[in-house]
Amino acid sequence: MSEHLAPYDSPRHRDETAIAGMWLFLASEILLFGGLFLIFVVYSHTRAAGWALGVRHTNLMIGGINTALLLTSSMAYTLGVDAARNENARGVILAGLSAAGLGVTFLCLKGWEWHTELADHLFPGPGFALGGPQAGGAQLFYSFYFLSTALHGLHMLVGIGLIGWICLRTYRGRSAPLIAMPVEVVGLYWSFVDLVWVLLFPVLYLIGRV
Amino acid sequence: MTWLPAASVHAGQVDILLGGLLLISLAVLGLVFGLMLLNIIRFRVGSRVPVSAETVAHKSWRFEIAWTSVTLAVFFALFLWAARLYVVGFQPPSGAIQIYVTGKQWMWKVQYPGGQREINALHVPLGRPVQLLLTSEDVIHDFSIPALRIKHDVLPRRYQSLWFTATQVGAFRFYCTQFCGIGHSRMTGTLIVLTPTDYANWLGQTPASGSLATRGEALFIHNGCSGCHVSQPYSPGADDTSRAPSMVGLYGSQTMGPDGQRVKVDNAFLHDAILHTATVSGQAAAYATQMPSYRGVLAEEDLAALIAYIQTLSPSRLSGVGMSASPERKGN
Amino acid sequence: MAPTSDPQTMQRSYLWQDGTLRSWLLTTDHKRIALLYMASITAFFVLGSLGAALIRLHLISPTGAILSDETYSRMFTMHGIVMVWLFLVPSIPVTLGNFLVPLMLGAPDLAFPRLNLISWYLFVMAGALVVYGLFRGGLETGWTFYTPLSTDYTQGRVLPVVAGVFLSGFSSIATGVNFIISIHQLRAPGLTWYRLPLMLWALYATSVIFVLATPVLSITLVLLAFEHVFHVGVFDPALGGDPLLFQHLFWFYSHPAVYIMILPGMGVVSEVVSTFCHKPVFGYRFVAWSSISIAAIGFLVWGHHMFVAGTSLYAAVVFSMLSFLVSVPSAIKVFNWLGTMHGGAIRLDAPMLYALGFIGLFTVGGLTGLFLASLASDVHLTQTYFVVAHFHYIMVGGMVSAYFAGLHYWWPKITGRMYPEMWGRTAAALLFFGFNLTFFPQFLLGYEGMPRRYATYPAQFQVLNVLSSAGASILALAYILPLIYFIWSLFRGARATANPWQATGLEWRTSSPPPTENFIEPPVVTHDAYDYAALDHPAPAPQAEPPHV
Ligand code: HEA
Ligand code: HEA
Ligand code: HEC
Ligand code: CUA
Ligand SMILES: [Cu+2]
Repeated sequence: MSEHLAPYDSPRHRDETAIAGMWLFLASEILLFGGLFLIFVVYSHTRAAGWALGVRHTNLMIGGINTALLLTSSMAYTLGVDAARNENARGVILAGLSAAGLGVTFLCLKGWEWHTELADHLFPGPGFALGGPQAGGAQLFYSFYFLSTALHGLHMLVGIGLIGWICLRTYRGRSAPLIAMPVEVVGLYWSFVDLVWVLLFPVLYLIGRV
Repeated sequence: MTWLPAASVHAGQVDILLGGLLLISLAVLGLVFGLMLLNIIRFRVGSRVPVSAETVAHKSWRFEIAWTSVTLAVFFALFLWAARLYVVGFQPPSGAIQIYVTGKQWMWKVQYPGGQREINALHVPLGRPVQLLLTSEDVIHDFSIPALRIKHDVLPRRYQSLWFTATQVGAFRFYCTQFCGIGHSRMTGTLIVLTPTDYANWLGQTPASGSLATRGEALFIHNGCSGCHVSQPYSPGADDTSRAPSMVGLYGSQTMGPDGQRVKVDNAFLHDAILHTATVSGQAAAYATQMPSYRGVLAEEDLAALIAYIQTLSPSRLSGVGMSASPERKGN
Repeated sequence: MAPTSDPQTMQRSYLWQDGTLRSWLLTTDHKRIALLYMASITAFFVLGSLGAALIRLHLISPTGAILSDETYSRMFTMHGIVMVWLFLVPSIPVTLGNFLVPLMLGAPDLAFPRLNLISWYLFVMAGALVVYGLFRGGLETGWTFYTPLSTDYTQGRVLPVVAGVFLSGFSSIATGVNFIISIHQLRAPGLTWYRLPLMLWALYATSVIFVLATPVLSITLVLLAFEHVFHVGVFDPALGGDPLLFQHLFWFYSHPAVYIMILPGMGVVSEVVSTFCHKPVFGYRFVAWSSISIAAIGFLVWGHHMFVAGTSLYAAVVFSMLSFLVSVPSAIKVFNWLGTMHGGAIRLDAPMLYALGFIGLFTVGGLTGLFLASLASDVHLTQTYFVVAHFHYIMVGGMVSAYFAGLHYWWPKITGRMYPEMWGRTAAALLFFGFNLTFFPQFLLGYEGMPRRYATYPAQFQVLNVLSSAGASILALAYILPLIYFIWSLFRGARATANPWQATGLEWRTSSPPPTENFIEPPVVTHDAYDYAALDHPAPAPQAEPPHV
């Protein structure tokens, strides 16, 4: 196979193109989660009482800590993007590792939360823990809960993988000048994952709690 | 092959609409194919008449605006015509005969107010409005009567309504038109329109297991509803509603929905309230007991009977108005 | 290897530069990926067509001629799913689109060449999953997967099929992102937006739908699978869910998806009509923006599939009105094509015949779409063969014709060889007649009330069904014929010049077939699209001179 010319005019052109591509991909992600949020919009309205019952059984404590973790992680990574722009490889790796570390902590906590909920029979199905006339709505809430947190968790995993890859390639390429573009592209994605959580948090833990 | 009969006034009106659509389509097709042919004949290479492309291009704006606005106008007229017919077509008149139709993989069960029942057949009288209350026991079906130009999806745990006034005696096919599994094409039946006298005879000859409401009353007692709910208007203790709300005068009244919003008690509401699904009254706390769910206990036919019975407890409201399965409830 | 009359161009071209299998499977050249896609979707088309053949054979008899009810249900489900997701949605974008977008932009490749290759692998995996599911167990839900049938009642293989369709969605999104970014970023110097060929406007609009509608399908399928496995009640009324929610979500994707299945065809037809009339497209800007407005308004009309499903009357009225509105831009296109023909120098080569077939059959399909958008008449016609005829007129009569028009038109560019013109015209004519014979009777069947998805039917419908089946066999010929002569032309066809049709697009300025890097010398654009005056009397501007071979 022949060596293929890259379709770009210049490195700058290439970087712009990659970042535009990521934005467009995120637009598509918004609609992915948008479809899921429709479930929330519909059922939290038509089955409000049961929905609220479900919300009251989530673990606000873990949810709150996780929100803080993720916000910090996003901030850490932003510092990494800054470092990349200043061609500071060490800064990128440091920021990347702390962002990924916070992300992993988030996932561990989330896993623990899932574990307790499964143990409490909060997974919808025949043995569902909450009874009474509002059980149906609460089950719908927990369907939404497990699905949305699973989907978000999957995005976190991908994000952590990407950050790991950034750290690795920065580490390997220490001697050459640092290219900021991949760091920024991953940064966009990571902020998006963070943003989704910021929207999920009130929906899963707050609205209907009081 | 016979041409499809139009067995109601509505069917005739739909045919006129279809005729209108057909005429417009033929005109447009004539225009499109005509212009295509003319262009080919006149401008084919070989028979070439030189025309300056510039002059044509310059006039383009005027053409664009002209055909866009004409198309818009035609479309708007068609839209209004068809929408009006549809909205009217789905609003049942008062005093219609209510017939319950239940779809099930793969048959139609039909119940009459007098308690008669049949499968895959529907008898109706000529010239009287009939309202079908449709529900399903499993998946989504669709009840379609081409001769009347009407159909509606039949959803599980919900009532949908269709109404018509047949104007032609005879037998017409009805179909299930929503794919519902492998027996879908076998889920058909016959609509039989009888003269009022024949209809009365038919009702008389068909063995009935008590009227629907009577059967409902038996079920009401048998299933223990009467243990909590008051249902006899003038009996001693008729005002004892400490255990559960009274059924007297309930139908057609307003009550509190699950979210504290006011909802109207109609067939669909009763259906859900008994099964304890979507719309349970938001006032559970006010009573000494908790209503058990009858999901899985009562079949759709039983529910139809119970609802018919509960309706009889509100005689003044049994006018038929607003008795549709209220499509507006499903607006979400 | 094949003998060529001009070995030099051939060897330099993307086709023969490196002939190893490995170089094909790992290629990032958009032109080779287009060919990989072409091979895959052709296979799926054959598969889906065999399904159609069995359907039509079965329906010759009112009691069903050859299949059991169950097999019949599986057959139309397979036919619908394969035809929609594995053939028609990808068809023009991933083959002609992939091949042409960089060429029309004057660029060496798409913006993300590796993503392009990945999207092909995703597509192949998706296809494999779907085929596995459909043949190891099968599925009987129709292509629409309505709940609760698909979640709680079917015995079929929901999971692999749904997973396959889900994956194919990712492949679509990747293609969409690639096209949009390429069109924004990789235009040749001088190629302003209003100089873009209309094909690119159409593909741009298509890509917008790919990117924004497909994820909704993805999440819907995830919900469906979740519900199917755990029975949690999201769509199950028995557990308090709402089955209509599924329909809303599904059609929110699938209505825009029908425009995915027509816009690229409209792009092809704009190119072909202009070339074979040797005249600029009438009302260029209107045609361009009508593509965008179809894509935009197309997101707002999904409810017209649910007029009898149990939504509110109010919603039905609004959706009906919007459905009429979305038809206006299609009307604009039809009239502008006719305007283009007026005063041109019309040549009736095979691509033009297919394009004219498109205009006629699409108009019939679109007009019958209006029957369905009209509320009261839809109540009578919905879920009958009228709907089946409506969408085949647009998807087969329209889009498949457009695909064939494009294939014939760009065949010389893709392969460097001409197809046999006489046979091309014969096949086009055969397609038109076979098609009408197959599907016109279905309008009558629908009006008479014959429901769709019926394995058996009342005897009074037999005559029309037999007519339809007879038509399908002619249609089959019209598909097999090009298959044969295209393969023949690959080895024996006359050698094509760089611009056999006297067309204006940038793709015609490079050799046929193009070199791997597309243009030896990067092109500079100095004219509007479809500027035949400049083509016929080239100004002595040296930098606009094509690298002739
Ligand atoms: C490529 C695919 C494609 C395209 C482009 C369209 C285009 C249109 N479709 Fe179609 N449709 C389908 C594929 C497609 N459809 C499929 C697959 C289904 C069935 C799904 C299923 O249930 O399995 C379906 C079903 C379907 C329904 C639901 C039917 C039902 O199930 O009850 C409706 C209802 O409104 C509809 C309407 C329309 C309209 C108004 C257009 C318009 O965009 C058409 C616009 C075009 C024109 C109108 C023609 C050109 C215009 C002129 C020449 C102007 C002059 C005209 C006048 C002045 C009158 N379609
Ligand atoms: C998107 C593209 C597409 C295409 C191209 C087609 C092509 C065809 N379709 Fe299809 N069809 C759909 C999409 C498509 N269809 C969809 C979405 C449905 C709805 C499914 C559902 O309800 O869920 C449907 C449903 C559908 C039905 C309704 C089934 C029912 O409701 O019960 C029918 C019935 O006639 C039908 C017929 C045909 C025919 C005759 C063709 C013809 O064009 C095909 C002609 C071809 C042949 C007759 C065979 C040719 C053979 C070869 C090319 C093979 C080569 C030969 C050898 C290997 C020896 N289709
Ligand atoms: C153990 C007591 C009990 C039994 C048995 C019972 N119900 Fe109820 N029912 C209630 C209570 C309490 C309410 C009000 C609170 C609620 O909605 O949950 C109620 C509410 C209702 C309502 C809604 C009325 C409204 O105003 O909201 C209907 C209709 C109804 N029941 C019908 C029935 C039928 C029919 C049966 C028998 C098949 C039945 N009930 C059996 C206790 C009972
Ligand atoms: Cu019941 Cu189809
Ligand atoms: Cu649509």
